[in-house]
Amino acid sequence: MELFIILTLFFMLVVTAIAILMMRHLFAVVMLSGVFSLLSALLFVTLDAVDVAFTEAAVGAGISTVLMLGTMALTSRNEKMPRDFSPIPLLVVIATGSVLIYGTLDMPIFGSPTSPALSHLATAYLTQSPHDIGVPNVVTAILASYRGYDTLGETVVVFTACVGVLILIGGLARRRRKDEEGTN
Amino acid sequence: MFAAAAIALFIGMVIVLFRLYAGPTLYDRVLAGNAFGTYTVLFIGVLGFLTGRPDFLDIALLYALINFVGTIVVLKYFRYRAIGDTSPTPRGTPAERGRLKDQGAKS
Repeated sequence: MELFIILTLFFMLVVTAIAILMMRHLFAVVMLSGVFSLLSALLFVTLDAVDVAFTEAAVGAGISTVLMLGTMALTSRNEKMPRDFSPIPLLVVIATGSVLIYGTLDMPIFGSPTSPALSHLATAYLTQSPHDIGVPNVVTAILASYRGYDTLGETVVVFTACVGVLILIGGLARRRRKDEEGTN
Repeated sequence: MFAAAAIALFIGMVIVLFRLYAGPTLYDRVLAGNAFGTYTVLFIGVLGFLTGRPDFLDIALLYALINFVGTIVVLKYFRYRAIGDTSPTPRGTPAERGRLKDQGAKS
């Protein structure tokens, strides 16, 4: 049953991705990408990664939908047809994909009990984190304490991205307002 | 029992996806997106009971909240053509401004 659920979710994910590629109507693309991230959140839930799933749903279906709608309010609603076929993006995508697949070859087999993460690391965290930190939830202890600097770095990256987007959009809106005042 | 419910949810998801892809008007698409969010909430609940660990039901509630806020944002974008501040200004109500902007875009 679980395999059936995962396969069905992946099937719908692929169908949604192909639909996103085919559509030229950008509003539908925004809605479909929200659905895409909801589907990947469901896949994370089936893998028991509930916190990752929740981040995916909040960022993918929530914030980026809002940001893309805000961008659409400033630009056009329809995608322009590409003028001619250029092979460079295809090459970049194929190269990146094959490098990623090559990177997975070194990983231990999915669920293998002898993988280093399961043999030393998990047991160490499980036995030591209640004494080290005193938080009963091990995942919270790792995220908030052991990986505190990681989380700080992620927050800085997200904050920088937000500031950049706000500066870009705010500059556009200010210029447009000045134009309107000029024409009036 | 729960497996049948999961399969029924999958069928509903596929139908809603088709409506989202084909759906002639924008409102069809908004409704389809909202319905898909609801299916996600329901599916998380069913999945918890299917695997015998219904601990994630509160997370399904959070998904329902995100879905609600997202739909409100999309509809607000339709109504006012903007997501941020839409308070009335001396130059007219936001609806009028939206209409003016539409005419400006067409001409």
